[in-house]
Amino acid sequence: MRYKLGICVFVGVLTGADVAAQQRPATPLPGSVFQSPEARAMQSDDTSNPAMLWVEKGRSLWTKSDGATGKSCASCHGDLQTVMKGVAARYPLVDQKSKTLMNIEGRINNCRTDHQQAPPLPYESNELLSLTSAITYQSRGDVRLVGIDGAAEPFFTQGRALFEQRQGQLNLACVQCHDGQVGRKLRGDTVSQGQTHGWPAYRLEWQSMGSLHRRIRSCSIGVRAEVLPYGAPSYLALELYLAWRGGSLPMESPGVRR
Amino acid sequence: MAQLPVRIILPSTAKKGDIIEIKTLIQHAMETGYRRDDVGKPIPRDIITTFAVTYGGVEVFKADFNQGVAANPYVAFTTIATESGELVFTWLDERGAATIERRKVTVS
Repeated sequence: MRYKLGICVFVGVLTGADVAAQQRPATPLPGSVFQSPEARAMQSDDTSNPAMLWVEKGRSLWTKSDGATGKSCASCHGDLQTVMKGVAARYPLVDQKSKTLMNIEGRINNCRTDHQQAPPLPYESNELLSLTSAITYQSRGDVRLVGIDGAAEPFFTQGRALFEQRQGQLNLACVQCHDGQVGRKLRGDTVSQGQTHGWPAYRLEWQSMGSLHRRIRSCSIGVRAEVLPYGAPSYLALELYLAWRGGSLPMESPGVRR
Repeated sequence: MAQLPVRIILPSTAKKGDIIEIKTLIQHAMETGYRRDDVGKPIPRDIITTFAVTYGGVEVFKADFNQGVAANPYVAFTTIATESGELVFTWLDERGAATIERRKVTVS
């Protein structure tokens, strides 16, 4: 037994990936598992899921021309349902041109400024939320696969460090709740694994759709840490780490959360 | 008020005498009037006050909403499929602006 354990540790030291694999929850559980049966029912039925209002709005925005070039998303990309299938499951990723980490929101705004020559949409605006929801919806059920090697590696390392670093007046790290206290109660909520596959999601507390960064900001407030602006590089890095941490969980966005 | 985003789900065909379920969802903030903004100014009340549905010209469902109703009101109800015809869904906000949607149902 002791011998086997020794080999395990040795292999772990050799390849960074194996060490990292140990940091994932043994059984990844989607965020919806920690919700009330009512909220779960709301999420699973598209007719009662309020997030579908944003998805439909996003569908219509996809074909709406905008900016100096008068192009719509559809002018370049084509049909939303076919071309965006599985795309959100690969985000965030490192943009080849700018060498920066980009999530879906960032990609939409990059397309707007570069190809449509339109002003970027503000984070949490109804338009951006709608487009993000509509695009992410096309990946529902797809397994999330984000790249963490090569150009993405420094971002991944940064995200992991953030996840494990104590912060705020409460001096808590993400990992302490979302790994160590999963399933226990935090006031009226059940502490989840912090899986992000249901985002953007409709949060009942907000009575609105919200982005993942809005959700992370809530956590920052919760531990009384510095609340970073939407789209901050640190949040993006954390988004990448969290996307990887979900392992083979399927995408379930748009989710319904308490 | 412009036409608000709406989702209506109902069967397009039904047998005469069947009970059909109709589900509706409308995007609306349902601002209570009790909240204040970042600088302490009250946010004026802005809610949908009534929701009514007619089927072939006959009112089959009506609801009065108040400020206790959550944002993006979801309403599901049933009616009996009597004849082929049009259902007209009307949401009225307190400023008198209406969002109207029409759906056809074929009864055999």
